[in-house]
Amino acid sequence: MAEPRTMTINMGPQHPATHGVLRILLELDGETVIAAKPIIGYLHTGIEKNMEAKTYTQALTMTDRMDYLAPLSNNLVYVGAIEKLMEVEVPPRAEYVRVIMTELTRIASHLVWLGTHAIDIGAMSMLLYCFREREKIVQMYEFVSGVRMMASYFRVGGLTNDIPAGFDKRVKEILDTFPAKINEYEGLLTENRIWRNRTIGVGVVSAEEAINSGLSGPNIRGSGVAWDLRKSNPYSYYDKFEFDIPTGKNGDVFDRYKVRLTEMRQSLRIVSQAVEGIPEGPFITADRKIAPPPKPEVLQGMEQLIHQFKIYVHGFCPPKGDVYFAIESPKGEIGCYIVSDGTKKPYRVHFRPPSFVNISALNKLVRGRMVADVIACVGSLDIVLGEIDR
Amino acid sequence: MFADILIMVLKVTVIFAGLMVAVAYATYMERKVVAHIQHRIGPNVAGPFGLLQPIADAVKLLFKETFPPGMVNKFLFIIAPIIAFVTACMSIAVIPVGDLVSIGGRQVELIISDLNIGILYIFAVTSLGVYGVVLAGWSSNSKYSLLGGLRSTAQMISYEVSIGLGIVGVLLLSQTFSISEIVRQQSGSIFNWYFFKQPIAFFVYFISAIAETNRNPFDLPEAESELVAGYHTEYSGMRFGIFFLGEYANMIMVSAIASSLFFGGWNGPFLPPVLWFVIKVVIFMFIYIWIRGTLPRLRYDQLMRFGWLILFPLGIVNVIVSALIVAL
Repeated sequence: MAEPRTMTINMGPQHPATHGVLRILLELDGETVIAAKPIIGYLHTGIEKNMEAKTYTQALTMTDRMDYLAPLSNNLVYVGAIEKLMEVEVPPRAEYVRVIMTELTRIASHLVWLGTHAIDIGAMSMLLYCFREREKIVQMYEFVSGVRMMASYFRVGGLTNDIPAGFDKRVKEILDTFPAKINEYEGLLTENRIWRNRTIGVGVVSAEEAINSGLSGPNIRGSGVAWDLRKSNPYSYYDKFEFDIPTGKNGDVFDRYKVRLTEMRQSLRIVSQAVEGIPEGPFITADRKIAPPPKPEVLQGMEQLIHQFKIYVHGFCPPKGDVYFAIESPKGEIGCYIVSDGTKKPYRVHFRPPSFVNISALNKLVRGRMVADVIACVGSLDIVLGEIDR
Repeated sequence: MFADILIMVLKVTVIFAGLMVAVAYATYMERKVVAHIQHRIGPNVAGPFGLLQPIADAVKLLFKETFPPGMVNKFLFIIAPIIAFVTACMSIAVIPVGDLVSIGGRQVELIISDLNIGILYIFAVTSLGVYGVVLAGWSSNSKYSLLGGLRSTAQMISYEVSIGLGIVGVLLLSQTFSISEIVRQQSGSIFNWYFFKQPIAFFVYFISAIAETNRNPFDLPEAESELVAGYHTEYSGMRFGIFFLGEYANMIMVSAIASSLFFGGWNGPFLPPVLWFVIKVVIFMFIYIWIRGTLPRLRYDQLMRFGWLILFPLGIVNVIVSALIVAL
């Protein structure tokens, strides 16, 4: 018999369904996938290297551009790492707002995932519905920080500015409307025969495989491992709020879909608890070596003026040393490793992007399946190329 | 004699022009309806309510360079869209769009050619339509196109069988192959519609017809998230436009056949028959678009399984049961 002949096909980097510029080298036997090799690097922007040339505060704005669908999670891991290194006390008001905003970010990120995942599988209207709801959250970013996407709202020691008046009212508006919207999505997809056919039993990862591949976030929870840094390794004020970690059973595309939808509801639950308890007080640390003093004081006092001048012209210098800090981003465990040489600029910043680790499991997911399943699997891993290539 | 020829030319011109306008505005309707399903507005700039949008699109496509990529089989590459389009339009010849009308004292039937084997003609012509897609996929010398072509070969041929079985259900009752005769049998009351006598046949026909025209949820040959654009990935300009027109012409034909065979064609009270025919076709087109705005896409193997293991046996059982009832 002749050698079985296979076809090599390049999916991407300009393919409509690879979420940015991912390129997958597929080896096909007819429509069956023999091997899938993700090739990355088309969106390399040198973010980590660039950060070495900026002061700590300036470099913060670059973190937004990594996972551009969840900018505030990136902000949080970066400022969290510096705060850990400098042992800064963050005021409670800032921590509450951080929790609210990062949970809203989680919902926004999951909404984009749901829309694009659904359109990959052919349900084209979902994209528009999800972006309609995401718009509300993006408007919240604009409301608090003035910027719709690259908010850079967090600062070392607290927030850029205090929350505007009417913040809690707008958050409650989201809390009131979103559960019905999530039900709407579920109504369109969860019980849909075609959707179930396309997702159940596709791209299965067992719990053991998931751990061995280093998956994190909803991808590992879909396989039944209740691993969530918010619970296992609480940062910020997450230990103050009640929420559940949804898990799946089979680790297929459908389970990961269910986990993310349930996570949105849990995020709403966290936000509803947090918005009730926002305490009064300062929004940024009182340590004048890290954060500038309030403007009225600057206009009155000599010392305060010097502080302001030093912060804006020079910046702050963390002690020598290195630090690793990780949080649960919408995509999984995002970690930040910073080496400080005691100057105003970081010596080295490195991120552990969840998407990068998650995409490496792709080959296992799709081997022996059909071309259409590759799209479903890539979608269900929820990757963002900005974060993978940095 | 001369008058006959004149009437014939007139009929062909009017019906064909009507089909072309319908195809153009089917694209407009699709964009508008899907837009409203998705909380958008849709085309609204060109002309009032964006009504001139199809013309703008056509002009744009006509002025674009039709660029054939290197290494393609030129002849097949050029002829494929023509086959797809022409075969899609040919079926209109045997569809009666209205009742008898009198023009200058003559009784004229509003049908280009009242073939006594009209349905067989439709089968023959639509089967040829597959060649357009297959040749486009194979001549493009692109892997995406090839996969699209392969998928559609299997899909369109398998679903053709189910389409046939659906129509046979009606044929058993009507005892004729002439579509105008079938439509006439359904006049009088709404309960004379074959839909009420052959509901299963209708569903088998309509679902298969969606697959046959490569529409969502069976739009695998051109699944844009998997195969970029499937068999017409490499096409540009008006050649691509012709594929597009062919697809819409196909949808209109399928809707026209469904309304003629199952829903009484031009029969209806008060309004003129032609209007009734148009209304029924528009309703079917709306259902097409509605489905597209709602459902995800099946996978290739699921599609084949659905066709052969569900629709096909269902069609056969329906034909056998109907045949028994007619015979007894």
